[in-house]
Amino acid sequence: MKSFAKLAVIELKLQLREPVGTFFTLVFPLMLLVLFGAIYGNEPEAFMGGFGQVDLSVPGYIGMIVGTIGMLGLPVTLATYRERGILRRFQATPLRPATLLWALVVVNVVLTLLGVALLGVAGRALYGLRAPAAPLVMVPAVLVGAFGFFAVGFVLAGLLPTPRTAQAVGMALFYPMLFLSGAAMPRQIMPAGIQRLAEFLPLTHVVKLLEDLWFAGTWNLTSLAVIGAMGVVALAISRRTFRWSV
Amino acid sequence: MNDVIEVANLHKRYGETMAVSDISFRVRRGEIFAIVGPNGAGKTTTVEMVAGLRRPDGGTVRVLGLDPHRDDAALRQRIGVQLQQAALPDRLRVGEAVDLFATFFRRTVSGDRLLEAWGLAERRQAAFANLSGGQQQRLFIVLALLNDPEVVFLDELTTGLDPQARRATWEAVRAIRERGKTVVLVTHFMDEAQALADRVAIVDRGALVALDTPAALIAGLHAGSTVHFTMANGYDPAPLGALPGVRQVTREGARVSVRGDGPLLARVATALAGAGVEPLDLRLDRADLEDVFLALTGRRIRA
Repeated sequence: MKSFAKLAVIELKLQLREPVGTFFTLVFPLMLLVLFGAIYGNEPEAFMGGFGQVDLSVPGYIGMIVGTIGMLGLPVTLATYRERGILRRFQATPLRPATLLWALVVVNVVLTLLGVALLGVAGRALYGLRAPAAPLVMVPAVLVGAFGFFAVGFVLAGLLPTPRTAQAVGMALFYPMLFLSGAAMPRQIMPAGIQRLAEFLPLTHVVKLLEDLWFAGTWNLTSLAVIGAMGVVALAISRRTFRWSV
Repeated sequence: MNDVIEVANLHKRYGETMAVSDISFRVRRGEIFAIVGPNGAGKTTTVEMVAGLRRPDGGTVRVLGLDPHRDDAALRQRIGVQLQQAALPDRLRVGEAVDLFATFFRRTVSGDRLLEAWGLAERRQAAFANLSGGQQQRLFIVLALLNDPEVVFLDELTTGLDPQARRATWEAVRAIRERGKTVVLVTHFMDEAQALADRVAIVDRGALVALDTPAALIAGLHAGSTVHFTMANGYDPAPLGALPGVRQVTREGARVSVRGDGPLLARVATALAGAGVEPLDLRLDRADLEDVFLALTGRRIRA
């Protein structure tokens, strides 16, 4: 427990000292919020159910944070730790390996929630962001999304041998999904065919889960099941594929 | 129990290659035990199996009476490990690393005092990536000593260090033993093993080819020694051939080499002094572990 707390604190410091790592989780979504808020404002529109453009984009940006950490942050960090022999150094101590992984998970959950809070505060202050129907329920929904994508992150970390491949494959998988899922731009502006395709992207379901809770206060059970199943399957795979040394 | 490590019939296979083949040895409490051999000989694989970081395919290992795999958590409380090709996160600071590693152990010695002793006290705030190679190695030694271990494993400790840092590190290893710890040293530097080790295990192509004190290994070569000097005005070195223990006297221009056994240098020096010859460059060459390796395997260690 002592080790866990210390690891989590140190790992959080390391993440915050690494500006590149936190750029996409903390800064980039905020930049998009400010940029598109400045262009389109947040006036309520009847055809958007009385919500404004900023309101509609925030659940997607939260999905972006969760997906970035899962598909890029965790795999690249773990592949780096493995390639450089950092995992091996820990392996030579009495530290239980799971403690290190849990500390990484907790730190990334904290970073996710920090990113969400920054979006909320900035959105509210700059554009009068309308609060979700059930604000507190958003937290477990974000955690569900994090569970699904962080588990995928551990699979990628196990399968991709080096930080370079983790970066390349993570980007190749994540960026198309980012734009098609509605995380970075509204799904509604895409052609119907693309929208149907997006149904097969896990990030779409994180965005849908958050949107439905935010705007209607209801749980999208299909999306919940898709993300939950992805997380469970990914976790089972990662237990077999994760490696501590090159 | 005077043997802290008992290794019997250790085997490890990677695919078709036998990385370690039937290696057995015992390490005594309080000694510096060196495992030497060329790169790829199986040294690191052996020591990693002994330290419980790799699972052997066959054979038994006991360290401090414990099975490194079954009792890994208990054993890691009592050993210290410095690994080849290990690292810490680039931006982790020296002080943070020490504080973090201290939480892993039930019993620790003062990290501050260790940093002081290893010349890192001034670098507490420095990030790992900003340390020099020697400082990184010293930090790894500090981390390996933090739990006041009974056995310390040091793998290729001085690779990549400049000669001055190497000498300092050697002194440091001797200091570890003086505190009563057993040291298992893995190295491909024969001079390092010769300078530090009480006993040396020579490993080649996954097999143990010799195990003894450096002095006994060298004596076992029966290579004797050679005295060299440069001849002064017209001295005839031929009579040196009659000295006890001398086997051969050779001349190359003014340079003379006397090969033989026993206290050769003393005898040659006495004879020269008796003849009124006092060469300035009289010196003794002895066989070393490099020669032992060459004799045992037919190859130079860094071929």
